[in-house]
Amino acid sequence: MATFSTNEFKGGLKVMLDGDPCSIIENEFVKPGKGQAFNRVKLRNLKTGRVIERTFKSGETLEGADVVDTEMQYLYNDGEQWHFMVPESFEQYAADSDVVGDAKKWLKEQDVCIVTLYNNAPISVTPPNFVELTIVETDPGVRGDTSGGGGKPATLDTGAVVRVPLFVQTGEVIKVDTRTGEYVSRVK
Amino acid sequence: MLATIRQFFSARNVLEVETPLLCRAGVTDPNLNPFTTVLRQPGSSEGEQLYLQTSPEFAMKRLLAAGSGSIYQICKAFRNEESGRHHNPEFTLLEWYRVGFDLAELIDEIDALLAEICRDHLILAASERFSYRELFREHVGVDPLSASFEELSERSRVRDLPEAEALCGRDRSLWLDLLFSHLVQPHLGRGRITFVYDFPAFLPSLARKKPDDPLVVERVEIFLEGLELGNGFHELADAVEQEERFDRDLVIREENGLPLPAKDERLLAALRSGLPDCSGIALGLDRLLMIRMRAESIGDVLAFPTAQA
Repeated sequence: MATFSTNEFKGGLKVMLDGDPCSIIENEFVKPGKGQAFNRVKLRNLKTGRVIERTFKSGETLEGADVVDTEMQYLYNDGEQWHFMVPESFEQYAADSDVVGDAKKWLKEQDVCIVTLYNNAPISVTPPNFVELTIVETDPGVRGDTSGGGGKPATLDTGAVVRVPLFVQTGEVIKVDTRTGEYVSRVK
Repeated sequence: MLATIRQFFSARNVLEVETPLLCRAGVTDPNLNPFTTVLRQPGSSEGEQLYLQTSPEFAMKRLLAAGSGSIYQICKAFRNEESGRHHNPEFTLLEWYRVGFDLAELIDEIDALLAEICRDHLILAASERFSYRELFREHVGVDPLSASFEELSERSRVRDLPEAEALCGRDRSLWLDLLFSHLVQPHLGRGRITFVYDFPAFLPSLARKKPDDPLVVERVEIFLEGLELGNGFHELADAVEQEERFDRDLVIREENGLPLPAKDERLLAALRSGLPDCSGIALGLDRLLMIRMRAESIGDVLAFPTAQA
């Protein structure tokens, strides 16, 4: 794998840091008028999702990481692993529960999501920003209350629980923003 | 902004000068990397290496030694391998020297000029002045001169810079550069100008040693909104000490495998013939304009940053 110098650190570049693949978010050149030049770099650890900041002397290098984001279709969960397929090649990948992480509560079979592969093995799964899911259980709303106000919990067909307005009923399909976990609208 | 500066100096009888951008001698400062080019005489195939100036300091000191009196200059300076949100490889400097001024008098004048430039654009509180040691102790928690490397490491770990130890090792000036730029500088100049004076003697650059305290030099740095705007000195006039500092720089350059430029013999000759007692300062005008216009990046205040030049 290629190595990259601090001057090549751009947002989105994937590099190895302390043995983990990381994605560069931001790279700031810091240099006193009379003094050593540094680069203050913000990176996301792609395994843990954590954002870290690290300073390098300008000109230092890091090894590139073999990381690719691939669009895949979620197929099924066999109780232990989640299975995905690349639609073009029909290539299949299996991911463990900790790799799928929070994405599991938004994934419905057939949905397309982003699977991040590191050395050709899944390390994280990103659901679509918006998903449409069916409410399987929620308390009947109070009649007449059509505005926002309190809301109530609703369980969706993937098992996720979101707060919905009181007028939304069991059996309806709703749109949810997976980044915030919030209800967006009803889907007709 | 340029008109304000020219009026300011004209009212104070400081002479505007111009010195060459293209220089025969490079800088020895190990942290500066000049652009080089080749001069060919007409019809000659042999070339001579020239440098684009990293600052007009040496040429202006030669004028001072020749008896120019107080002078100022607005010019371009060039520094290779410096590019980012606050750096463009080609930038504009305002540099001036005041004959007979000590550092405190120069600071007063800088303060007056900046107030003039920022008027009608920024609301600034009265400026503040701190010594390097005071600020370092306050923000880092240890004394920059006497702290052991173990203490510096400990502070860096506590302050979320665990990589500092591997980066800086036993190089105290590197430690101070890192900790000051990461932990101190962001707090400086918030809503007012901050002057930082009395730098540790191993970060001397071209400043004079303080007569009553050999551990520090008479150097000032200016900060506004966390940005370094400039560096000033009570100018070193001793040719022997200047040459020693050049030689020390060259040793560091050699150790780091950097190019070894010739020492500026013309500057040394000028110092030998006698530099009048003076203080001088260089201010980055692009950064000042950035702050005045509340721009996020230096590229926003340049007609064409180097990437689009």
